[in-house]
Amino acid sequence: MGTERATRGTVRPGDVAVLDANGLDALIRRLRELGFETKGPVVRDGAIMPGPISGASDLPVGVADEQGPGRYRLSAAPHSRFFDWAVGPGSWKAEFFPAVQELWRANVDGASVALMEPILDAPPLAIVGMRPCEVASLAVLDRVLMEGSYRDPRYAQRREGTFVAVVECASPAATCFCASMASGPSVDVGFDLALTELDDERGHRFVARAGTESGAELLSSIDHGSASTEDLNAREQVLVAARARMGRELDTEGLAGLLARNIDHPQWAEVGDRCLSCANCTLVCPTCFCSDVRDSSELDGTIVRRRAWSSCFDLEHSYLHGGAVRTSTSSRYRQWMTHKLSTWWDQFDTTGCVGCGRCIAWCPVGIDITEEAAAIARSDTGLASRVELRGVTS
Amino acid sequence: MTPVVHRVVARTRETDDVVTLCLEPVDGPRMDFLPGQFNMLSAFGVGEVAISLSGAPRDVGPLRHSVRDVGAVSRALCQIEVGGVVGVRGPFGTDWRVTPREETRSVDHRDTVVVAGGIGLAPLRGAVCELVATLPEGGGRVFVLVGAREPSQIVFGEDLAAWARAGATVLVSVDRPSSLWHGHVGLVTTLLADAGFNPANTRALLCGPEIMMRFTARALVDMGVNPLAVLVSLERNMQCGLGWCGHCQLGSLLLCRDGPVVPYAGIVSGLMNERER
Repeated sequence: MGTERATRGTVRPGDVAVLDANGLDALIRRLRELGFETKGPVVRDGAIMPGPISGASDLPVGVADEQGPGRYRLSAAPHSRFFDWAVGPGSWKAEFFPAVQELWRANVDGASVALMEPILDAPPLAIVGMRPCEVASLAVLDRVLMEGSYRDPRYAQRREGTFVAVVECASPAATCFCASMASGPSVDVGFDLALTELDDERGHRFVARAGTESGAELLSSIDHGSASTEDLNAREQVLVAARARMGRELDTEGLAGLLARNIDHPQWAEVGDRCLSCANCTLVCPTCFCSDVRDSSELDGTIVRRRAWSSCFDLEHSYLHGGAVRTSTSSRYRQWMTHKLSTWWDQFDTTGCVGCGRCIAWCPVGIDITEEAAAIARSDTGLASRVELRGVTS
Repeated sequence: MTPVVHRVVARTRETDDVVTLCLEPVDGPRMDFLPGQFNMLSAFGVGEVAISLSGAPRDVGPLRHSVRDVGAVSRALCQIEVGGVVGVRGPFGTDWRVTPREETRSVDHRDTVVVAGGIGLAPLRGAVCELVATLPEGGGRVFVLVGAREPSQIVFGEDLAAWARAGATVLVSVDRPSSLWHGHVGLVTTLLADAGFNPANTRALLCGPEIMMRFTARALVDMGVNPLAVLVSLERNMQCGLGWCGHCQLGSLLLCRDGPVVPYAGIVSGLMNERER
């Protein structure tokens, strides 16, 4: 790695530097000087959520989390680390794909219509403290909203102007399985700056890797040192320990095909009995992209069309004249899970799950996607139904 | 996602709940499209729905959409009078593949069986117009099989007569005859056996209720038609047309993007035959 090249002066993409704990504050302040709106993880309403930050003291300093199926708690930690927790319920998706977004408004005067689209002029955004699984989830959303036949200008404008400083994960939760999904705890692509927080006998500091020209320029403009071999080794140890602490795992080998051939598996009815169809999992999911398009009339007669997040757990999601297509909870759970882990590959050539574990922690009845997948894998009934299907089609 | 404003230049009531709207853009040229594709039509202030294009690309003139009143938006569209405005986005989705591609301009010599149930004739109308137009150039035979619940529900009667005059075999069946009905009675599948096409050299275009397409497709395959040559037009909730809203998923398909017209073979036959509920 570029240890020797990184100096107090110029940093180039690919270089590795070291920031002391105060360097994080300098980094955020420098981004603000450059005109960025700075956001990062903050503690809000007892959870770690995306929010505005103006310095490092706004981050969740000395906060620890405890997560499990249907469980999430924050507590004070006996240290002053900034990033000693796993992701909370709010993902960065909402910055790029807001929960409710105006598409256009229209004034209708008799038989003439004047349509106006909102001006996309939000200041450039800098996110400090995104996690690797969230970088991966944005790459998944890019496939859907930017890289298909049509490009969503609203999403693309916000996404392309955003500076991303990712922080590698040292403290995965019991609900985490990013290591299974190859989306963490380390990060290789999709960032301007990648930080790893170290807090050992050599002090509280960050290993900082520049991923882009803007990341390198930013590092160059604040006080930094060269990363020593000890620093790099310490980073490796943090990541090895994080992998070892990963609370869950998902066997992805052949998983897409397994689910595709087990559409009639009894497990769907079993999980359907437990699932409340509440849509919490889709709301906390960083890749769920389903949306409704709705018109409303303002009191002054203006017509406004908005796009708002929706969920495949809603009966209305599959409504077709005459009624919904997926009427049972089990069919809707199956739609959600097979989409995440199987048909997403067919549709967008990528997984729909990054292993962040939010759907497990925020499910009120603690349904665990890794356990549901494992249950189907344990009793693969698909071969029989495949033969049946062939009988129908031939 | 912003529609182009179109004006209703003609409006025809087809049945008690189906209205055909002819639309011209208020500004700019008419869009190009292929039979089988659809547009997202907006009734301003009410909402937007997916409606198939039922004109033929070779016709100059307004866009044709036949709308069945089944909900708030389709009702509002059905009630727009001549001179009113409709928002249009599109065209979206796959087509029936009957329009000769520019490169080849070659005429297809296979028999084509078009099977429509009720308003399912709307997305097929443009395709039949294209096929009938190729008959003088030696295009393959055209069989139009139409099923309706009752005689009053038959749409595009004048088109059916014109296609028959132009050389197509047009067969109509109703489920429930009226006292004045002297034609065939029964499900549209009962028309297949005696229609007269050669299954070994046939392509089929199906649109109607999913159960009708399922049984028609199975019957055609049983008769010896290649499942890859049987095309069906599938329908799911659609809210964007762009592959972004997620509503139109059917298994691995996003029907606004991968459909609505898909071959009844492999994955689709599986999806159509399997319980989604």
